[in-house]
Amino acid sequence: MADGKKSSSSFRALGSRFLDGAEPLIRVVIYASGWSSILFVGAIFFFIFKEAAPILPSVNWGEFFFENRWLPNPAIGNKPVYGAAGILYGTLAITVVSMVFAMPFGLAAAIYISEFAKGKVKETLKVLIELLAAIPSIIWGFIGLVVMGPILHKIFPEHTGVNLLNASLMVGFMAIPLIVSISEDALRAVPDSYREAALALGASKWEVVYRVLFPAAKNGLLAAAMLGVGRAVGETMAVWMASGGTENIPTANEVFNFSFLLDRVKAMTATIASEMPDVAHGDEHYQMLFVIGIVLLCISVFINVVSDLVIKGVKKKLS
Amino acid sequence: MEAADHPFVASVHEQRKLFKEKIARALMLSAALALIVPVLVIIAYIFHEASPVLSFSYVWDDPGPLGKSGGIWLPLMGTFYLVLTSLAIVAPLGILAGIYLNEYAPDNWLTRAIGMAVTSLAGVPSIVHALFGVGAFVLTLKMGESLLAAACTIAVMTIPVIVTATREALGAVPMSFREACWNMGATKWQTIRTIVLPNSVSGILTGVILEVSRAAGETAPILFTGAAAVVAVNTESIDRKLVPYDLDDKFMALSYHLHVVAEKISGMPEEMKFGTAAVLIALILTVNSVSIALRGWLRSRKKW
Repeated sequence: MADGKKSSSSFRALGSRFLDGAEPLIRVVIYASGWSSILFVGAIFFFIFKEAAPILPSVNWGEFFFENRWLPNPAIGNKPVYGAAGILYGTLAITVVSMVFAMPFGLAAAIYISEFAKGKVKETLKVLIELLAAIPSIIWGFIGLVVMGPILHKIFPEHTGVNLLNASLMVGFMAIPLIVSISEDALRAVPDSYREAALALGASKWEVVYRVLFPAAKNGLLAAAMLGVGRAVGETMAVWMASGGTENIPTANEVFNFSFLLDRVKAMTATIASEMPDVAHGDEHYQMLFVIGIVLLCISVFINVVSDLVIKGVKKKLS
Repeated sequence: MEAADHPFVASVHEQRKLFKEKIARALMLSAALALIVPVLVIIAYIFHEASPVLSFSYVWDDPGPLGKSGGIWLPLMGTFYLVLTSLAIVAPLGILAGIYLNEYAPDNWLTRAIGMAVTSLAGVPSIVHALFGVGAFVLTLKMGESLLAAACTIAVMTIPVIVTATREALGAVPMSFREACWNMGATKWQTIRTIVLPNSVSGILTGVILEVSRAAGETAPILFTGAAAVVAVNTESIDRKLVPYDLDDKFMALSYHLHVVAEKISGMPEEMKFGTAAVLIALILTVNSVSIALRGWLRSRKKW
């Protein structure tokens, strides 16, 4: 017994000596790993641009942004047309509609969890929201296609069930946990002395929320909304399966009577996902899909960097 | 006596205020419930619809022709090896990066740039990660559409999950622990290895578990980097049954399989769709519950 203990501890000593001796090497590995994130972001930009590069000089940007005709495989004798306006509209519409529904609900849930709920209720709600966040996008797509689609079709029999409304609901549900957790962080970052001061002046809890917490936490809440938008823009599977996949730009009339909500739409992410498997590596259509990738990449990095700065600014100001 | 004259009875104004607060409170609670209850109902419905097929043989059998019959063993194994391979790549990288950011990084522009890079990686849409995977791993590094290429793509995508969790876990170890160790003459690495890491290992583990859940559920990044609707594997021998794919093989994955059976194949029996969805949901909720339970247990036995 004593022998075993001794030999194992001398093994450990040997191991420690090795690990300590390797410190310079380990430091190099740690530094390299730390800097690797920058490398990966650089590599993502590099490879997306590299694959799109051959076509970038000849892209007709006017057509790309303002024409709603995406015809990569035209009839023989015609040139392919890459007018992505309908696709850009699809992403924009899903983002806006999903945020109209997700922001108020997400914010209200965050306020309830952060300011009103206590003890067990608070813990349970937080865990449930966290589990909501874990549900992957393919499941939301499945729910949209197989569960929500038939329900919507039953309510509006002359429309298909997979449409803008369906996709927006799914994306909204996906974005909500993110909105809740960022908003909750923003509210919690407001010092308790603010709340106590307002309560001491006779404010009710609700008055504290909208007179004190909203102004103090408004940048953090803004960041929550921005990250929600980022999530909605980049969402792929749920959007692909629940949106119908046809580009459609509504007329002004359809917007006013809200029937645009029941149109099929096609988003940028879904376009890449559905068309990529059928294209040959390196042809024009393939490169145009990477051009859409560039647009998506730029939007998402912009949103993330700006909201990160907003959040950091808030932390600095309040602390 | 008028209520308003009495200092201890709520005035009309105060009553109105309290009423408003009650309304606001009820509205916010119902908003929170409106997010959670429908999802719980839908998940229960999915399990209910899946119940005719859910059995041991559904998990253990290979998919039949077009996935219309049989089980989900091959997709399940594909997901398992995808998660394992991506974890082997991202866990060391992410943990070391977290150590760098919390222990070594000076407070300068480079560190801020790294932090921003991590945030950006988390925000890049999964489909863009897929395009990156095609350009970098499938074509440039000549991995072809394979398990390895898909795992690398997932690994790059999930770096932020592990880095953030590691950084948080290390940050929670009090500075005084490190100072005490340094005063004993230990070097920086000795301190990290013997004091900081043992005190934060469960927090790091939480991050690793979250990576597993992300990797198991992601579909878009594996679409063009290696996932296949059908892979023919002869699973008669037990070792092929347990290890159906090599690193350079195309593979089936549970998430992509769900997409295929739900959308691509007409005449798919409903319970086959719901069965696949139910298994995937069960898998991910279990993994996440483990992570949450671990965190709770951790908090309860924290010594400082």
